[in-house]
Amino acid sequence: MDWASAPTLSHYLVLGAILFAISIVGIFLNRRNVIILLMAIELMLLAVNMNFIAFSSFMDDMAGQVFVFFILTVAAAESAIGLAILVLLFRNVGSIDVEDMGRLKG
Amino acid sequence: MTFQTALFYFFAAILVFAALRVVTARNPVHAVLWLVLAFFTAAAHWLMLRAEFLAIVLVLVYVGAVMVLFLFVVMMLDINFDNLRKEFRSYIPVGATVGALVLVEMALTLLGGRLGIPAGAGASPAGAGSNTKALGRLVYTAYVYPFEIAAVILLVAIVAAIALTHRRRRETKHQNPGEQARVRPRDRLRLLDIPSEKRGH
Repeated sequence: MDWASAPTLSHYLVLGAILFAISIVGIFLNRRNVIILLMAIELMLLAVNMNFIAFSSFMDDMAGQVFVFFILTVAAAESAIGLAILVLLFRNVGSIDVEDMGRLKG
Repeated sequence: MTFQTALFYFFAAILVFAALRVVTARNPVHAVLWLVLAFFTAAAHWLMLRAEFLAIVLVLVYVGAVMVLFLFVVMMLDINFDNLRKEFRSYIPVGATVGALVLVEMALTLLGGRLGIPAGAGASPAGAGSNTKALGRLVYTAYVYPFEIAAVILLVAIVAAIALTHRRRRETKHQNPGEQARVRPRDRLRLLDIPSEKRGH
């Protein structure tokens, strides 16, 4: 690809790949803090949405943007329920450390 | 290098830097604020890709609602975050290896030129009329059932979030309207027939 040309599909796909890789690294680095884990998942969804919109724009197909619309909806529901579970966890266990969540291990 | 290319690299640099700070920030409140910056620059990218409606939705819904929810939760929980970062450095080798692997795999796929998509396909504006109009037309015709399912999912999320976090406090005093409406006069008022004392002696 030509790096100095007007932004092509590859530019946006590489940007999405970088974002996705950063959020995977973030999940590994912060694997004890549930809040940062949720934020890394949001970042991952952003990378996926970026790819969808880039494809939609460069291939002139609105279906990609409709899909991003639904991803945004489901991601909002996911983070609302995730944070509710987090608050409940903190109320019952007193910490949000992933290491303290082994209760169901038996 | 055209103006559009310069804008792309400008926003891409801010986006990548903000994403890096999200996963490395010491304070979760700062991480949330960096994530807000990442969403704003992503919205700028989407504007450049002519997805205006979704760019505005990203700012309004994500920055306006979801990130504020994150901030609420981060500030509400009284947690010593330094404890959670004790082994932060020991996770770096594994995390960096996996991240580099994922990045190299994706780069090999993308830069191999096997996608078969012409480079300048996006030169023509996406259809006539505004982006919002086109999206709305699709959502209310071809995707109307998924749209309604999405609405149901949001409703379930509302009910679940309230049902999970709601707790009945024992010390608060509240009234029971049903019991109040069902009350009859004889439950409240008791007429006693007490014989009056005789006067005189």
